[in-house]
Amino acid sequence: MTKKILLLAHLDESGNGLPKAAGEALGAAVDLAKQLNAPLSIGLIGGDVQAAADSVANSGAQRLLAVTGSEFANPRFASDLLAADALCRAASADLILAPATSRFLRALPGLAHRLNGRVDTHVTSIQVVDGELCATRWFYRQRIEGVFQRDLRPWILLLDSGCHEAYCGPSGKATIEEIAVALSAEARRTTIAGIRAPKSDSQTIRPDAALLFVAGAGWTKKQPDGKSHPEQAESLILGFLRASGASLGGSKSLVDQSGENQAVLGFMTHLNQVGQTGATPRHPKGLSTCCHGEEPHVVGWRFINERRAINLDPNCGWARGKADVLYVADAFDVMAKVNELLKKPQA
Amino acid sequence: MSNGYHIVVCGSVVPDPLQTLEPIETPAGPALKNEMLLPAVLDPWAAHALYEAANLAAHAAGSKVWLVSLGARAKLRQVMMTIAQKVSFELVPIDGPASGFIDAHATAALLAEAIQSITGLDRSRLLLFGGWESASRGAGVTMQLIGERLGILDQFQGVDQLTMQPDGAFEILERIEGGRHQVSLCQGPPALFGWATGNLPEPRNNPQIGMANMRAIMPALQRAKTVAPAPDALRYRSASPPKQQRQTRIVKNLSAEEIAREIVAWIEKA
Repeated sequence: MTKKILLLAHLDESGNGLPKAAGEALGAAVDLAKQLNAPLSIGLIGGDVQAAADSVANSGAQRLLAVTGSEFANPRFASDLLAADALCRAASADLILAPATSRFLRALPGLAHRLNGRVDTHVTSIQVVDGELCATRWFYRQRIEGVFQRDLRPWILLLDSGCHEAYCGPSGKATIEEIAVALSAEARRTTIAGIRAPKSDSQTIRPDAALLFVAGAGWTKKQPDGKSHPEQAESLILGFLRASGASLGGSKSLVDQSGENQAVLGFMTHLNQVGQTGATPRHPKGLSTCCHGEEPHVVGWRFINERRAINLDPNCGWARGKADVLYVADAFDVMAKVNELLKKPQA
Repeated sequence: MSNGYHIVVCGSVVPDPLQTLEPIETPAGPALKNEMLLPAVLDPWAAHALYEAANLAAHAAGSKVWLVSLGARAKLRQVMMTIAQKVSFELVPIDGPASGFIDAHATAALLAEAIQSITGLDRSRLLLFGGWESASRGAGVTMQLIGERLGILDQFQGVDQLTMQPDGAFEILERIEGGRHQVSLCQGPPALFGWATGNLPEPRNNPQIGMANMRAIMPALQRAKTVAPAPDALRYRSASPPKQQRQTRIVKNLSAEEIAREIVAWIEKA
């Protein structure tokens, strides 16, 4: 029986608001608190959390706790762990929900050990079944979906983004209970030196994009003229990304070629890789081009709602039974036309 | 660093990603059908961690690499035949289940115990490596739990680059949202690194390294302690592959222009 729920969140990179994933985790926490009739608290970590606290002031949370200060503004395992530990102990919660951000995925598993609790990450849903709380997540890289429950508390659940409606209540004036946390010298051994990002014109990974464009190794294969055309492929793909605002994913075979310094797509890195050994991003729509392969390769777009594919093989396992529409055509020709249409001013 | 690093890599064996995986129910919970018959590989991100460890050891005199691996003895033996030819390391095998359905907390306890029992391991020089997520459980939890058990306060996940500084500090690039990296500076060991892909290609097989490694690996495998993870009150209600099969509309007879129009209309539809 869950007695108290805590939603843990950290500020986004701007230092003012909450990340999208935190809003979704809060939405899940609010729903769960109602279902279980359990009191909800919110714990925030960041430099100055007042604006973020105000944005969730009307969420129904009974307590708004925070660990604040410049030492807690940036993601760092040791300080995030200490802050989360202090918030959890102050809230005395037996169920702790948090967004599965890179910051919390780094720190919160350690928290479970400190609280003598248990942690599960990449949770895609939480439900109450027969009065018991059940969590769902994928195993074997999105190939087997498991539903499970735990008896031990506290139970920390990190919810993947895109799996729940975000909380969207009106702002208010929040009263924050500040929890003091002292950092030892050992906890300060790591300092954050900044963020390294590709130049804005070469940024091809856009988690909030409406469309995922997946490029497969077919882009670098020999074309009907007997030659490969990586420069043309690069121009078509980048042109499409610029015009559509889509995020770029690549198949493992294509990404590995880039790593082996073959004459392939220069902008494609392992960060773009989707699939069994890459990412499984969540976007409303996905368009795959020149992708081939069976089930293990298809997990890259398991969480794409509407899927279309362009492929020369009508029986390709990547698309058949996995996509809503399969266009049997040459992706070079089609994408050139798509880019032309996207560049034309709308009537 | 004059005395080098003691690099411990945690990496288990997983079914070859190209295999079909089918869950079955057992009295102990879900498992994979014919799991012992499936060909296995070293967990991909852990393998990257091993290659990065070997590269780092090669550039820091006095360093040593251990590979701590939990898995069925027969599977470990099979995988070591390949991995042992890649880079030099000392294997610390633990004979036990490597299923993705086993709880990470129990696995972490076994791995931490094995690391603590390594003879001659200098914890002040310890760099604990592993994959940031496994290809089995895929939780990204085990390494942090081991680190906590070993008292390591400097932990990094999704690491793509680790650069040693002249003063003995490290610069670390960790993957964060949006295809970017967070850059951190850590004063030095002990530290934990959950590796993503890194930057190194898979090393070529070197039979000489393989023979040297296997001389110690085979006896270590024979001596491997057989363990059973502690039951953890983790109860599965179901484990199933996705069943959704889409009704794919195959479009064969449209021109490139017609297809393009249809795609653009679809993209622009809210």
